Amino acid sequence: MSITAGIDVGSTYTKAAVLGPGGLLGTGMCKTGFKLDQAASRALDTALEASDVAPDEIEYVASTGHGRNQVSFRDLQLTDMTAQSWGTRHFFPLTRTVLDIGGQTMKAMRLTETGQVKSFRLNDKCAAGTGAFLEKTARYLGYEIEEIGPLVEYSREPVPISGVCAVFAESEVINHVSNGAQPADIMYGAMESLIERSVRLMKRVQMEPEFTLVGGIMRFPTMARVLREQLGDAVRVPEEPLGQFTGAIGAAVVAQRRLHKLGTAGRTTAAAG
Amino acid sequence: MAYAAGVDVGSTQTKAVVVDEHGEIIGRSLLSTGANVVQAAEQAFQTAIDDGEIPEEEVGYVIGTGYGRYRVEFGDDQITEIVCHARGAARMFPETETVVDMGGQDTKAIRIRKGGDVLDFCMNDKCAAGTGRFLQSAAAALELDLDELGPTALRGERPVRISTTCTVFAESEVLSWLARGKKIEDILLGVHNSIARRSYGLLRRVGIEGEITFTGGVTRNEAMVKVLEGVIEAPLNVSEESHYMGALGAALFALERIRKGREAHPAAGGVA
Repeated sequence: MSITAGIDVGSTYTKAAVLGPGGLLGTGMCKTGFKLDQAASRALDTALEASDVAPDEIEYVASTGHGRNQVSFRDLQLTDMTAQSWGTRHFFPLTRTVLDIGGQTMKAMRLTETGQVKSFRLNDKCAAGTGAFLEKTARYLGYEIEEIGPLVEYSREPVPISGVCAVFAESEVINHVSNGAQPADIMYGAMESLIERSVRLMKRVQMEPEFTLVGGIMRFPTMARVLREQLGDAVRVPEEPLGQFTGAIGAAVVAQRRLHKLGTAGRTTAAAG
Repeated sequence: MAYAAGVDVGSTQTKAVVVDEHGEIIGRSLLSTGANVVQAAEQAFQTAIDDGEIPEEEVGYVIGTGYGRYRVEFGDDQITEIVCHARGAARMFPETETVVDMGGQDTKAIRIRKGGDVLDFCMNDKCAAGTGRFLQSAAAALELDLDELGPTALRGERPVRISTTCTVFAESEVLSWLARGKKIEDILLGVHNSIARRSYGLLRRVGIEGEITFTGGVTRNEAMVKVLEGVIEAPLNVSEESHYMGALGAALFALERIRKGREAHPAAGGVA
């Protein structure tokens, strides 16, 4: 029995997934911070505990994410694109466009039928198009990130938020609050503005259904609803909380394939010998 | 004797200036804008007339400027801050033909004719990169007061290169440099360089001519003055009044209105 691990070192969170031949065994997550190698170990430890797997049972480790080359115990590193392609298709084999919204990045990519990346666009320059935008808006309203999800469920009449700049949003939010708008409606408006930016990015990769929405933003399940309002029913979302782990899972899937190949090659060599 | 006042309601700070009939500043005030913009404007005005020891009824005309100018409810008129900064700069430094105004949330480059008429301007209306807010983020990340930033940056010798454009991401970049063992003064010098380069970009878009006058809240920061002079390769006019330049310009326009009113209605005693 071969067990592999995938570790996705993101700008804000590090995610790990442990995969066996039968499928996903467990996941783990921690804040990335500034010591990326340590974050990778911690996330993996949590995932091992959740999977009830001992560290020495892991046969192959693949890393991905912006800190992938800092993971000292990796056997293989792969780009975010490759990892997300495998990770999203693990759940939804018909995925043709992936939207991945993280803490400090937003990525859109289009896949071929066989999962190759055909087109890719990235925003990592401006917080207005990333999870940081929602985080800032929540702060201006006096809410913690954990409170955003439950809060927006109460939104009745979303307030339009321009979404040009996460800093300028502060005065906008203050204006809305002083005009009596509800925090839930302001927050929902911020999500709509973020999704509008996402759709623009997806258009630039000539999006095609099915669409799969992943990334740290999936901590707010409402995001899926907001995206469906724009793109219809062809929006797929991994079951909670796995939407945040598709990069790590994709890395673990590639690790499985690599292991399998190595095993086959090993046997071939042995037979030849 | 009639006085005129200008109230400049900025995104971060509100400034008020009272001038006498010769256009000399006799009262000024500076406070945080906060959430209640109307109140900030009112309070800035009251503090400025108290500072000049002038009874309110002797102030003949008040002009509001800055992003919150329409919230100066007691004002007689509103004028954009671009025109007011130009006018204030021309008054303090008559040879001025280029103005760079750096405030809490915006940076503007303004080309003017000698005397203060605006020819062209350019600003960061899309995002807060390269504004005072970038300094605020750095200060927050390093747990320093805004006033400590300049003096600390001046001690820097090997500035780091800040790659972040977005003000929101600046905070984490500053922390990551700290985690990599860089000195605070070198990180801060890098932050100042990054802001100066963006301002220089704006200035080049309007073209740099004649003397350059630096206005707005960030002028208080000595390091920014020095770094910006280095990037532009030209000296900047800066004075104690640079922070109040928008309010001063508004007050000077208010004074003009009083004079015009007098010409139009000589019997009315000059109060417009």
